[in-house]
Amino acid sequence: MSSHYEAPIREPLVLGEKSYHDISVDVGAPVLGKANKSWWIVFTIALVAFLWGLGCIIYTISTGIGVWGLNKTIGWAWDITNFVWWVGIGHAGTLISAVLLLFRQKWRMAVNRSAEAMTIFAVVQAGLFPIIHMGRPWLAYWVLPIPNQFGSLWVNFNSPLLWDVFAISTYLSISLVFWWTGLLPDFAMIRDRTKSPFQKKIYGILSFGWSGRVKDWQRFEEVSLVLAGLATPLVLSVHTIVSFDFATSVVPGWHSTIFPPYFVAGAIFSGFAMVQTLLIIMRKVSNLESYITVLHIEYMNKVILLTGGIVTVAYITEYFIGWYSGVPYENYTYLSFGAATGPYWWAFWALITCNLIVPLSLWVKKLRRNIRWTFFVALVINIGMWFERFDIIVVDLSKDRLTSSWAMFQPTFVDIGTFMGTIGFFFVLFLLYARTFPVIAQAEVKTILKSSGESFKRLRAEHGDD
Amino acid sequence: MYTLPSKLKLFSIVLIVLGLAGIIFGFLTTPKTIDDVKKIMAEQESLHGDSHAVAGNEEGETANFVDEARGQEGYSENAMKHATDLKPEGHGAASHEEHVLHQLQTRPWSATFVAAFFFMMLALGALVFYAIQYASQAGWSPVLYRIIEGITTYLLPGSIIVFLIVVFAGTHFYPWQDHELVAGDKILQEKSTYLNFPFFLIRAVIYLLGWNLYRYFSRKNSLVQADTNNYGPYRKNFKISVFFLIFFIVTEATMSWDWFMSMTPHWYSTLFAWYIFASMFVSAITVIALVTIHLKGLGLIPFVSDKHLHDLAKYMFAFSIFWTYLWFSQFMLIWYANIPEEVTYFIIRIQEYKLLFFGMLILNFVFPILVLMNSDYKRIPWFVVIAAVFILVGHYIDIFLLVMPSTVGHNWHFGIPEIAALLFFLGLFILVVGKGLSKVSLKPENDPFIKESENYHF
Repeated sequence: MSSHYEAPIREPLVLGEKSYHDISVDVGAPVLGKANKSWWIVFTIALVAFLWGLGCIIYTISTGIGVWGLNKTIGWAWDITNFVWWVGIGHAGTLISAVLLLFRQKWRMAVNRSAEAMTIFAVVQAGLFPIIHMGRPWLAYWVLPIPNQFGSLWVNFNSPLLWDVFAISTYLSISLVFWWTGLLPDFAMIRDRTKSPFQKKIYGILSFGWSGRVKDWQRFEEVSLVLAGLATPLVLSVHTIVSFDFATSVVPGWHSTIFPPYFVAGAIFSGFAMVQTLLIIMRKVSNLESYITVLHIEYMNKVILLTGGIVTVAYITEYFIGWYSGVPYENYTYLSFGAATGPYWWAFWALITCNLIVPLSLWVKKLRRNIRWTFFVALVINIGMWFERFDIIVVDLSKDRLTSSWAMFQPTFVDIGTFMGTIGFFFVLFLLYARTFPVIAQAEVKTILKSSGESFKRLRAEHGDD
Repeated sequence: MYTLPSKLKLFSIVLIVLGLAGIIFGFLTTPKTIDDVKKIMAEQESLHGDSHAVAGNEEGETANFVDEARGQEGYSENAMKHATDLKPEGHGAASHEEHVLHQLQTRPWSATFVAAFFFMMLALGALVFYAIQYASQAGWSPVLYRIIEGITTYLLPGSIIVFLIVVFAGTHFYPWQDHELVAGDKILQEKSTYLNFPFFLIRAVIYLLGWNLYRYFSRKNSLVQADTNNYGPYRKNFKISVFFLIFFIVTEATMSWDWFMSMTPHWYSTLFAWYIFASMFVSAITVIALVTIHLKGLGLIPFVSDKHLHDLAKYMFAFSIFWTYLWFSQFMLIWYANIPEEVTYFIIRIQEYKLLFFGMLILNFVFPILVLMNSDYKRIPWFVVIAAVFILVGHYIDIFLLVMPSTVGHNWHFGIPEIAALLFFLGLFILVVGKGLSKVSLKPENDPFIKESENYHF
């Protein structure tokens, strides 16, 4: 895949005097060791949040959607906001594993595994909302075009909500396959390293009998490349289709042609923020600082800067074209003078502050390489991108064409509880993952050790590299 | 060192002379008065009797697209008129004939502009690609830096010509520059804080300066780097590339609104600017690949391997799809929502330019995706050349479709003015780029990544 020569000017990606064996040991340690107290504490908290959320979901479905704060004007609020937010977060995983593979970015290797896990767990959370926000979720299977006894009554393929069904389900399945393929050599490594017969059995099953022959590796690489080539248009199209939910409508503020690329850029923006949030903690608690280095964090910050910049240009475009269109209704959309000064002014300014102003600090190299600051900025972006979706959905709906149907939205505890529940569920899955899966693609990191490892780079500098 | 082959030089000079003659011919033969137009129309009428079927049901065509709500405020009819140009009196003309006269007089302007912009955007897109390579610290592409710099040589003359055209085209292109029209149009009055000539001029000057200054300094630093022992000039280039990219993404958006979107000043689309960028970017990468193949054929760049060509072809492939993605997003969303003011843009394009409109999709999407899918083919020069021709022709049509329906409406032809403009700018492009390439050695020595780039294989 990649050339073995590397310009000396590039910073090392693996720090310390690491050998292939060290990598296996470091990556295997969290899986082969025991969970400590703090893991159990955090896990319990996440589990409680998840169970509470589950209760809220059951309550919603058994009582009716009216327990949410929705009203006749604002039929979508927290449900779809959370849906888009979670889908968006999922996008960074595929970006890191697929797009960065196509661009041959070696630094992706230390972060791709966890980013993909994050994708899958985030898409699972996202997938809940299209079901639970239905009035009659037990009829959800009607969205599938299956032959039936109603004279083969089919779905209408014109609705972007149906496209969502296909997009999300395809996205989840492809991501899962892509992730699992990459895991095979790593599961095999755990299988071969563990002493416990039970673990050996389990990882033996999970690794599908991977034995690492030349032919296997050759096909492995080809499959990865093909899947990356397929996942890249997929990742663009999934969030594009999510954006179509709004952009195909005639609601002022929703009907905007820039939504497809703008949503995708926003998804990568928020997704990378979530990767930062997770990995900054993970590198610390799992002792992976030699692999997920400050350089990785800086690179991810640069991607955040880039996508944040694209999103900013989209904001400016929306704001400008809203004015330029001369359509009076455009003055109440989520990025308009009306929104900045209207009843949702706080949501507008939360969006501008979190997504536009705070990330600007990452232009300063010192702050970009500062782990604490990065963590803070990443959290702020996660909040900001939630507000972006909230603003698009709720602010635009709250003041549509007829003044007689203007309304405000007030979430109930069930809205909030469901969202908290998905966060809990996400962390339950992620914490379990961190204890049972090799969180770094050790097989891939080993391929760059000699070209990009610190000690090897030093050796080359001392002895010449020709 | 490269020197433009003498035959190619002669060829480009012939193109320039022929093209110039054709352009002048185009400007001289436009009808001067309404009587001329009547004569032309009478001739057309006798040639093909019912070819004006469209003119016949004009009323019916637009009647469905009148926005009642805004109609009450008295400007929706105007919106229809200027946006579709299907009504007899567009652009404030008193009669159908006067309107046709205006369109026919605009034709040589539009023809020249389409070709002028097309070739300028090749240089500008190449410059953006160049900046991205620096900003991303690419390890594969430094061997191509001198080639890209050679292509961007065209930016200065090309952008000056485009600048002169947009500034002097006046109401030929930009109805909002017609004071009488604005006086009777509420929407245009509201937009006049942005769409007014002095501000338009200032913005155009800013684009011109910004783009060309980056091109000047990045080239300068790149050449200084070749004779320096430290990476100072490289670091400078890295920095200015990042700032250029920020400057570019903003100015590219406003440029698209200024020069293209404001040709139909009632119409708007938020995606428009990025759509034009996609067209620009994919065409520019295609030209980089073509020039690379040309130089490789002459044996001047042994350090560029077929792996580099493979990568360029991948970019051509990927950004063809990306262009299609943006094209489809814009088209589908407007088609789906079918809002009268927006949909006019596509109505005229589909009704009057059907073949070009859909043919462009085949050239820009179907062919590249089929031709460049196979990884072996991406390393075969003549295969890449074939794909390149599809892509470049397709994107010329794309620019044609941005401009023509908005300026000359259904009075479009592909004749002497269009071909002449294409020849003229092609000749100029070859000449300028050839000169730009021949100034220095084609290998950018001392670049921190040049060795990585030379050893590049995968």
